[in-house]
Amino acid sequence: MKAFSGKLHIQWTLVCFLTPVVLWLSLLIVLPHIDLLLMSFRTEDDSGRLMWSLSNYMLFFREPIYWLTFVRTAVYSILVTFLTFVIALPVAFYITKVAAPRFQGFLTLLLLLPFWVSELVRVYGWMILLRESGVINHFLLKTGILDRPVEMLYNDVTMIMGLVYTSMLFMVVPLIGVLESLDDSLIEAAYDLGANMWSILIKIIIPHAVPGIVSGSIVVFMLTLGNYLTPNLMGGKNSLWFTEQIYNQFIASFNWNQGSAFGFLLLVLSSLVIWVGLKLTNQKLSKVVK
Amino acid sequence: MQIDLSVIDITKKFDEFTAVERVSFEVNQGDFFSILGPSGCGKTTLLRMIAGFTEPTAGTIYIRGNDMAGIAPNKRPVNLIFQQLALFPMMTVEENIAFGLQRRRENKADIRKKVRAILDRVELPGFGEKQIDQISGGQKQRVAIARCLVLNPTVLLLDEPLGALDLKLREQMKVELKKLQAQVGTTFIYITHDQSEALVMSDHVAVMNQGTFEQLDTPQNLYNKPQTPFVARFVGQNNAWSGTVHQGQERYHEIRTDEGLIFRTRAEEQLEPGQRVDLFLRPEAMLIQPDPGLTELNRFDVVVNSILFDGANSQLLVSPLNSRRELIVALPQNRQYDYIDEGDKIELGWDKDSGICFRER
Repeated sequence: MKAFSGKLHIQWTLVCFLTPVVLWLSLLIVLPHIDLLLMSFRTEDDSGRLMWSLSNYMLFFREPIYWLTFVRTAVYSILVTFLTFVIALPVAFYITKVAAPRFQGFLTLLLLLPFWVSELVRVYGWMILLRESGVINHFLLKTGILDRPVEMLYNDVTMIMGLVYTSMLFMVVPLIGVLESLDDSLIEAAYDLGANMWSILIKIIIPHAVPGIVSGSIVVFMLTLGNYLTPNLMGGKNSLWFTEQIYNQFIASFNWNQGSAFGFLLLVLSSLVIWVGLKLTNQKLSKVVK
Repeated sequence: MQIDLSVIDITKKFDEFTAVERVSFEVNQGDFFSILGPSGCGKTTLLRMIAGFTEPTAGTIYIRGNDMAGIAPNKRPVNLIFQQLALFPMMTVEENIAFGLQRRRENKADIRKKVRAILDRVELPGFGEKQIDQISGGQKQRVAIARCLVLNPTVLLLDEPLGALDLKLREQMKVELKKLQAQVGTTFIYITHDQSEALVMSDHVAVMNQGTFEQLDTPQNLYNKPQTPFVARFVGQNNAWSGTVHQGQERYHEIRTDEGLIFRTRAEEQLEPGQRVDLFLRPEAMLIQPDPGLTELNRFDVVVNSILFDGANSQLLVSPLNSRRELIVALPQNRQYDYIDEGDKIELGWDKDSGICFRER
């Protein structure tokens, strides 16, 4: 009897702790997605009645503007992830191995600082700097390097720079984690055995950091793929992002069925790229997210 | 004989702190040279300067006559075995050993052959495919040594590599390391705080204290003829006694200890009557109940405080009569002294050549 009540007690605490998670997942994520999935397979016929059909998905493949944007988004997201890694690795290495231990916390805080303001404000900050009448153009005109202001916004390069900037922290933090566990004497030993900086990086640092690189890359890739604000504001009309297509279907065309189909295509894309990435680096998802 | 390493007046300062101060020494080819000192004496700094990880503040290091100033660790003909071994956990044993050869861009067949040969030499044949976390502590040790020796360095530096091993394995590795060094003939520079490691393995030992060398000598001389009180205290066990010079004649002096005992002993330095001195006496220098026929001995009576039984290393803790000073006396386990009990009064005697005294500092 006593054992039974004990068991019951444990089950109650389990229910207490699980309820918020289950509610969150089912009400806000699973249920809407099921609804969206159903919606994506339905379309209006000529008389305005809803019927089951694959036409939403067919349209995606028929119209080059859609699948080209889709491929562009995927390729650019991978590029952004790679660039973020290339920039974040030296930063993380400096913080963990080069900087004096008492400055490490301070430097990490400096990285965190921009994230205290919202992404919207940060993007507008970039726009103030880069636009035709912006700070940089003003400065270049004053010093005589340019004689006419140049529009630096609304192109792919600026947009990618903005996306990298937004993603930095999510790459640096996991990299700091793995690099802290790298024993300094391994680097010294490699150096002593005749390795130069490049081979130390390729043979010692990167193999050790793979779990951190993969988890950082997954986060950065997913955030970039699903980002709407930065591509929309900094890329403008010249740099289409697939999220903008989804937004247009939902808000501009009011075609929720089409929008849902695009949304699911994006979901499949991100899952696929991450799966391939994990296979290539020989990592397990459960290990990487830890 | 060729000189592999010569260090001249080397100094290293970290801000105000001087880690190594004007140290000079030479190491002959094929020598097993140890630097022995307590932690914080600057021995690791000295080793890192030879390896190239630390730039000296002043002084020069020559390896086979070549000035090493400004030459990076990856370009020096020396290799360092780290205290924690620093084997690469992401590679197999074979890849670890091949690492240095690959950096030299040697061809694959040669690398394979050399790795095989060195694995045989350190008695780990067939271990090439193993991961680092699959092998034991002693095997890791040998892989670390193989990884450096395969590069055929002029000088191999070892930074207390046996420190992490348990006692039994450490004793075994000491012997193996000495044998291996004799076989390959590479010059070894070994740093340690463990005097037994230094004495067992080395041809020459430098005792280091507070950034300088106290004495550089053979292990036998360090033990039998220490030149400074620090060496007398640090190398082997020693009983220290303070007293005053009573009268001196040639190399032997009569010392009156603070308890009032009078001993005749030798001194390496010039002493005047009335000079305060420290007298050092090895535990095994004292004979228990010496034969009355030996008239030259210094004799005194002591009370046994306790018996520390430790097989061949058994010792007595004794105090001279009317004194609280505690002395360590070696207790030979030949059953001759089985009658001695705690609280007994016994006579001790020692030869005037067994003790050594230094001016008090």
